[in-house]
Amino acid sequence: MFDLIVTLIPVFPLLAVLANGLNVMLGHRYSHEIAHRLAWGSVLLSFLCSVWVLGQTLGHPEPRTVVAYRWFFGADLTVNLSFLIDPLTCIMLLVVTGVGFLIHVYSVGYMHGEEGFTRFFAYMNLFMVSMLLLVMGSNYVVLFIGWEGVGLCSYLLIGYYYDRVSAAKAATKAFVVNRIGDAGFLLAIFLVFANFGTLEYTEIFARAGQLDSAAAFSIAICLLIGAVGKSAQLPLHTWLPDAMEGPTPVSALIHAATMVTAGVYMVVRNHAIYDLAPDALLIVGVVGGVTALFAATIGLVQTDIKRVLAYSTVSQLGFMFLACGVGAYVAAIFHLVTHAFFKALLFLSAGSVIHALSGEQDIRRMGGLWSKIPKTHGVFLVGTAAIAGFPFLSGWWSKDEILGHAFVHGHYVLWALGATAAFCTAFYMSRLLYVTFYGESRVAHEVEHHIHESPNVMVYPLLVLAFLSVVGGLIGVIPGGLENGWFHQFLQPVVRSAGAGGEAAHEEGHLLVYILMAVTTLIGVAGWFTAHYFYKLKPEQPDLLMNRMKGAYTLILNKYWVDEAYDKAFVEPGKAVGRSFDKADTAGIDRVVVAVEQVTDLSAAGSTWVEKHVIYGGLNVTGYANHLAARVLRRLQSGLVHHYAAILVAGLVVLVNLIVLFLWLGGAS
Amino acid sequence: MTIVSTADLLAILPELLVMAGGCLVLVLDPLTAKDRKDWLAYFSLAVLGAAFVVGYWFMGALTGSPRPAFSGLYVLDAYGAFWKLLLILVSGLVILLAKAHLKLEEIDLPEFYAFILLSLSGMMVMVSGTDLLVIYLGLELMSLSLYVMAGFKRYAPRSLEAAAKYFILGSFSSGILLYGISLLFGRTGSTTLAGIRDGIAGLPPGDPILLMAMGLLVVGFGFKVAAVPFHMWTPDVYEGSPTSVTAYMAVASKAASFAAFLRVFLEALGGIKESWRMLLVAVCIATMVLGNVVAIVQTNIKRMLAYSSIAHAGYALIGLVVADAAGTASVMLYLAIYAFMNLGAFAVVTMLRRGGLEGDEIDDFTGLARRNKWAALVMLLFMFSLAGIPPTAGFIAKFYIFMAAVGANMTGLAVIAVVFAAISAYFYLRVVMVMYMKEPGETAGTPGYDVRVVASPAAIAVLLVAALGVLILGVFPDPLIQAAQSAILPLK
Repeated sequence: MFDLIVTLIPVFPLLAVLANGLNVMLGHRYSHEIAHRLAWGSVLLSFLCSVWVLGQTLGHPEPRTVVAYRWFFGADLTVNLSFLIDPLTCIMLLVVTGVGFLIHVYSVGYMHGEEGFTRFFAYMNLFMVSMLLLVMGSNYVVLFIGWEGVGLCSYLLIGYYYDRVSAAKAATKAFVVNRIGDAGFLLAIFLVFANFGTLEYTEIFARAGQLDSAAAFSIAICLLIGAVGKSAQLPLHTWLPDAMEGPTPVSALIHAATMVTAGVYMVVRNHAIYDLAPDALLIVGVVGGVTALFAATIGLVQTDIKRVLAYSTVSQLGFMFLACGVGAYVAAIFHLVTHAFFKALLFLSAGSVIHALSGEQDIRRMGGLWSKIPKTHGVFLVGTAAIAGFPFLSGWWSKDEILGHAFVHGHYVLWALGATAAFCTAFYMSRLLYVTFYGESRVAHEVEHHIHESPNVMVYPLLVLAFLSVVGGLIGVIPGGLENGWFHQFLQPVVRSAGAGGEAAHEEGHLLVYILMAVTTLIGVAGWFTAHYFYKLKPEQPDLLMNRMKGAYTLILNKYWVDEAYDKAFVEPGKAVGRSFDKADTAGIDRVVVAVEQVTDLSAAGSTWVEKHVIYGGLNVTGYANHLAARVLRRLQSGLVHHYAAILVAGLVVLVNLIVLFLWLGGAS
Repeated sequence: MTIVSTADLLAILPELLVMAGGCLVLVLDPLTAKDRKDWLAYFSLAVLGAAFVVGYWFMGALTGSPRPAFSGLYVLDAYGAFWKLLLILVSGLVILLAKAHLKLEEIDLPEFYAFILLSLSGMMVMVSGTDLLVIYLGLELMSLSLYVMAGFKRYAPRSLEAAAKYFILGSFSSGILLYGISLLFGRTGSTTLAGIRDGIAGLPPGDPILLMAMGLLVVGFGFKVAAVPFHMWTPDVYEGSPTSVTAYMAVASKAASFAAFLRVFLEALGGIKESWRMLLVAVCIATMVLGNVVAIVQTNIKRMLAYSSIAHAGYALIGLVVADAAGTASVMLYLAIYAFMNLGAFAVVTMLRRGGLEGDEIDDFTGLARRNKWAALVMLLFMFSLAGIPPTAGFIAKFYIFMAAVGANMTGLAVIAVVFAAISAYFYLRVVMVMYMKEPGETAGTPGYDVRVVASPAAIAVLLVAALGVLILGVFPDPLIQAAQSAILPLK
């Protein structure tokens, strides 16, 4: 029963993919209505199964493996398509299927009337299948298959609006940058196999202690490369903002709530290896901290509503990596969950804004929308408050926990990075809110009178997500109090080996924890107030500041020129090398052919010369000698030499015949 | 004493069947009415079917020890049988593909099938020969047929040019190979693989003539498998030859050459493994790097696939330099899987027509998803498989070969391979991108204008086999892995 239901979780969306995919290929035999019902219905079923599995796991935190299919194995390698069910998997399952379901429902309204409606849902469900494999897999290969699968679906969905050139480019970029990360991941898998002889988590983590520190470090770093690619951390972050070319529900589901968090999930899943490589763990933390601040600063000046949210996502993922880096794995997953709520909410409500404004995404042509689309405004406000760290909302709990861990564990620099990033977060989100919803309307005239609130099918998922964004953080405090809520108790068995030290450090510094909470709250308020000052009290200030700090402004507006630098450093030289090799080959082949001919000619000439001068020469000498001898012999025998030769041959023939005759006669008698 | 025994002839029964079949096609050609020429294709397929059955029976019957034939010049072993079955299968698919394609190109001559069969018989000799001269004989029989087939589009200058270049360079490389063989003979007093192995054992390490002979063999085989820097002929010849011939060269001739390469180097030259390993590691890296980097800038799909096939030769070489049981098995697995995905990709190219010509530019794939969903879908499958993305078979192939490298402590090589495999996604994906994310051109001069897909039942059958192969071997690779692992060379 347990095995069956676990297996069904990815099977439901898979069936929907097959049905909707076939429907597209065979020329739309059934209507859009059936297509979207299949799509969200299957995800709903998966969600219900996940809830059931959670119920089964509550009393049994020990990991359970479900083998769905014996996949491939050689003499020394067995890889099964199997699932590992433990508290971490359960949490991920609920986030993926729960938020996924809401986004599917929202998409029914958002994608209404789009050309490839059924195709869109087929891709979305394929994404769900891959993401479920990713979080459920009990070994690295299943994880990797899900990993590549989500990348593939992300590619297909970013390029969904194929009439935009930028969409196709963004899709390719996302895929190729991810492949760089995947290369690291694949190497990690090989290294794990070389060290353990198996790829199953449970066996590996049980024996992780036998790993020497160098091996643990290299595995951890290779895994990190993979995680950095998928979760858009420095230096592989460039694809995520471009990925906003995809439809907004895709941005919410794939590029905010689920796929991009896969890197965090992977690091937490492999914490047994990271715990053995403190240096690698430190690198994780530094990557996270630097990315959190780096992306947050870029978010300060972006003018595309989705791009602000994209950089915000990169920054928030940085927080999660930072948490991993300081050993606060539970905090990382906690933030992953709350972030899934409020970021999905923000993206979807941004989609609702875009929907209302007939596709406008530039916040400079928005403003004053709060009265025209009040429901969207309300939920966006909630989302902003949650991410900015408004007290008692979900983001406040989880972000505070991360910063608290960083400080308590003595990573003051990381704490400072995170705290500054938190200030920026509060600022850019408030700025987004003010510029989009308040102040004078700057909406283009022809768009103005089309503004309408989104249909209920889009609003209800927003309300649910808003509710979760408000109360979602409470799972981290109820019932055991701060950092000892249900969530922590539930996940503790998964990260037990690591978290123990961290929790102890926390107990003794209770007062410090409250001080830190107050500090981060103040930081959030300060961020909000700065935005309030700039965009409400003194709206002329931003331009003045912009002029005063032109250099810095241009730098972050252009995203630190990372894209351009990569183009100059890798893409262009790569293509140039390719072209020059290509030219060399194209020109070279003819030269080689000609050279071969010349060599052949030359050796033919050479051998002719040898024949003429060496061999014939020799023959001539021989001939001359013969000639001389013949002259002498002629005296002895009259007649011509060839007569003698003819007679000789005739004699030989007769002789041979006689011999044969005699032998035959002899044999016969 | 009899020179040839019945057992010897039985050992080469599949080869004899194919060879006789090839000759019969030539004889039957003038006796067949013009509108019945298709029967010769079916006849060839029947011959291949018979050879396959015999070969399959051999492989099943060969439990354990290899059976030498022709006084040690030839061997009947599971290794050879594995390759033979693969080659027969590929030849059958190419005949099916050519049946439709030759008509489109108006070069519908039944000699083609005869050449396929003759070339195949050469390959079969190559993979089973245990004497360098026998292997050479097979290699020449294969190559000579391929030279003719490369120029089969005899009214097209590109095709003739390809044939001429292929012939000139092919002969040159054969000469180099022969030179290497003669040096080996001079140094060890034998041309059989076992004799050379014993001879090398008696030589001092680092014998210069021996090393030179080894180098010449690397050049000769490197040319046939299109390894850098002996790859230069590949793009021109692949582009100029009729596409069904290109598919045959890229798949069958490469597989047969790898089979012989492996056998010669592991069986005869196993004693100087350390010296050829260094050389081949360099060749292998250069091949992966150049193949993948140059493929990025190609605009013609056949040239792109040519560089892709160079890159794949680089990956497969990893299995050779690893030079252990896992390495050998992974090369066999790799080339078997590569056969399906590459054949499939070329099959799609044969079906694409731009005006009256073959649509062999990448631009011709623009908006294919809107012209023909199925063609675009299978092409997507082949591109993803070539890029090595799960759950396609291409992933399994790469996974095993890279794993073999890590298992043999050659992690550096694996790192390079994995990184360049990642880069390769870029150019495979470009085909997918133009198919799915662009509209086909509506006016003359725009990409994808006037392109249509001509689907014949035979070509669809080939695509079906290739696509199912890529999918089934991706999800259910176990039988193939088992077959490869049970058919590896006995390493000495």
